[in-house]
Amino acid sequence: MDLKIPNPVRSAFAPTPANDGRVIVNIGPSHPATHGTAQIITELDGERVLRADVHCGYLHRGFEKECESHTWHNLIPYVDRLNYCSGLINDFAYCQAVEALMDVQITPRCRMLRTLLSEYSRIADHITCVAAALMELGAMTAFLYLMTLRDYIYEHLADLTGARVTYSYGRIGGLARDLPEGWLKRLEEVLDEYETYIGRIHGLMDHNRIFIDRMRRVGMLTPAQAVAYGCTGPMLRSTGLARDLRRDTPYLAYADLDFEVPVGILGDNYDRYFVRMREMDESVHMIRQCVDLLPAGPINADDPRCVLPDKQLVYREIESLITHFKLIIDGPRVPAGEIYSAQEGANGELGFYLVSTGEGQPYRVHCRAPSFVHVGVAHLMLQGGQLADVVPTFGSINMIGGECDR
Amino acid sequence: MSGKTIPILAAPPKVPTFDYFTTKKDELVGWARKFSLFPYPFVTACCGMEFMSVSSTLYDTDRFGAALPRFTPRQADLLMVVGTVTHKQAPVLARVYEQMCEPKWVMAFGVCATSGGFYDNYAVVQGIDKIIPVDVYVPGCPPRPETVIDAIMQLQARIGGDHHVIVKGDF
Amino acid sequence: MDANLLERIRHRLMPTATELPVAHGIPVLALEPGQWLASARMLRDEFAFDMLLDVTAVDWPGQPLRFEVVAHLYSTRDLVRVRLKARVSEGAPVIASLLPLYPGAAFLERECHDMFGVVFDGNADLRPILLYEGFVGHPLRKDYPKRREQPLVRYRNT
Repeated sequence: MDLKIPNPVRSAFAPTPANDGRVIVNIGPSHPATHGTAQIITELDGERVLRADVHCGYLHRGFEKECESHTWHNLIPYVDRLNYCSGLINDFAYCQAVEALMDVQITPRCRMLRTLLSEYSRIADHITCVAAALMELGAMTAFLYLMTLRDYIYEHLADLTGARVTYSYGRIGGLARDLPEGWLKRLEEVLDEYETYIGRIHGLMDHNRIFIDRMRRVGMLTPAQAVAYGCTGPMLRSTGLARDLRRDTPYLAYADLDFEVPVGILGDNYDRYFVRMREMDESVHMIRQCVDLLPAGPINADDPRCVLPDKQLVYREIESLITHFKLIIDGPRVPAGEIYSAQEGANGELGFYLVSTGEGQPYRVHCRAPSFVHVGVAHLMLQGGQLADVVPTFGSINMIGGECDR
Repeated sequence: MSGKTIPILAAPPKVPTFDYFTTKKDELVGWARKFSLFPYPFVTACCGMEFMSVSSTLYDTDRFGAALPRFTPRQADLLMVVGTVTHKQAPVLARVYEQMCEPKWVMAFGVCATSGGFYDNYAVVQGIDKIIPVDVYVPGCPPRPETVIDAIMQLQARIGGDHHVIVKGDF
Repeated sequence: MDANLLERIRHRLMPTATELPVAHGIPVLALEPGQWLASARMLRDEFAFDMLLDVTAVDWPGQPLRFEVVAHLYSTRDLVRVRLKARVSEGAPVIASLLPLYPGAAFLERECHDMFGVVFDGNADLRPILLYEGFVGHPLRKDYPKRREQPLVRYRNT
């Protein structure tokens, strides 16, 4: 093996030759607390972080370049793997953007199901974030409780979509398939399990002296800083600003649902933890409302421009066969134009900027990733803190590599 | 026939009972090593979610002795490359692999680590075996926890049947 | 978007245009590169567009002004978005940086530079962020082949 291994990044700090006690320590990118793929080069004075240089990009998988050589439909698996903790939200955000560009109306049942599943995915994402953050503080029990709960959610979604983590369930114009028998009954059981497990986490963490000491007034962000850096989602809400796309500019079925938008007070790690816990409770409340409001009817829009015809017709009629063939080979023809469409992802504003030239393949797809923007403000939150605070602070940002680096 | 002699690769034991002890030693060391794997979870992407699941209560790798992760390569023996390795991450992977001591095994967890997955582009290494040798490939995007456990068991079968040199030379 | 607000923005930023184009609910301001920073400043100070959502680019090879730099701004007060666009040429892909107005532009402009080679005048730190040191070229340009890999670690002999 060649022992000359090059360095893929250039640090912003020059090594300091002076003997003034300052040390440069590299954390990551292969590190348990950096969620896989971030590198934080810190300049330390003892235990205090003077400056931090955060590097991401270690999971840049060329998503936007791949988009230019696949049809609009074939991109759905790629889009899944952006924020892989809440795969369904990515699917639906992308499909919504393409549907708006094509002017396709989804059916009421699809609308309500997408809302339900978005909230379900949001719960899975917040569970993962809180579990990872707690494990990094040493709370292994809490991590295992939350992982058990998340596994129930994964198995349940596997009953519906066929996969546990990356679903590829959204379709342009609808969904891949309808709910199987007994799915809603199992949903109620999983939500009851949620109540049990989350109750335990609250009991273990909320008034825990060690947890409060490690998370309160650590990694603080003011509302002005959050807005100036483009923070959205729980990061912004933890500072006290109640901005939520589901409430401000409702999409899908959120206008029909009754929910609160939890906000924090100080913008510190504890607030982010609590905002996520409360958001999960609100999501459960919304899911129950969606189940009550779920209308019957078809899942897919009756639009041959993007929805595959029924398989039985494809085998019998020549028009359906041709439609099916053209949709698969060429892709749905999206009218020329551009759109920026955003949904409230688990991390914040997940936007898709699509540029179409009228083909079945996109001309340009750009994903506005909330994690990427939040990593941009990480250095501000880490400066002035202790080295040990880097771990919970970075964990509370919930940087998901797939979304951050695309 | 050309009349060329083909050399014997392994020297025969000098004493008839020598290979009995070697076999028993291999079985003992193999048993100890296979049931006390210390993984280094080199987690990068979505497969990490399934890694977290397989390490947790419902699918438990602790039953197989492979539960305790060691986040320093000096103390780990199983490098689980979990998720996509990009060209930017490749030097990091090479460095971590180099820092591990023998005996070490590598598991390519997921199709991205096995072959680059469906990211056939400028950014992704098309399979980590281009950079480091791999012992077991786990397909799936991401693989179900049962697949991972199957992979661990197959790796354990291989470790158990391996020839473990503990003293320089034949033994 | 509120028609009144749309009219006030048009009057202030693009007085020569008769009407502002609106693409699926978002008004699009097609600017000259020289107006980039001033327009963004006006939008932030007078119209409360206090959040920079995104800076990216689109490559139109074959057109004399090849790169179209696109920025999206958001107003947390009025809950509306606006899109700013400006074209720069391949020979001189330089445009003003939004860093003096929005500190969040730092990472966004680094990414745009990485992917397209657009230089943001005023952003001193344009180190690679998604790509790595030693990567030659800008992958999201249409003339960069998708599969051209530039490995950092030498491949094994297998």
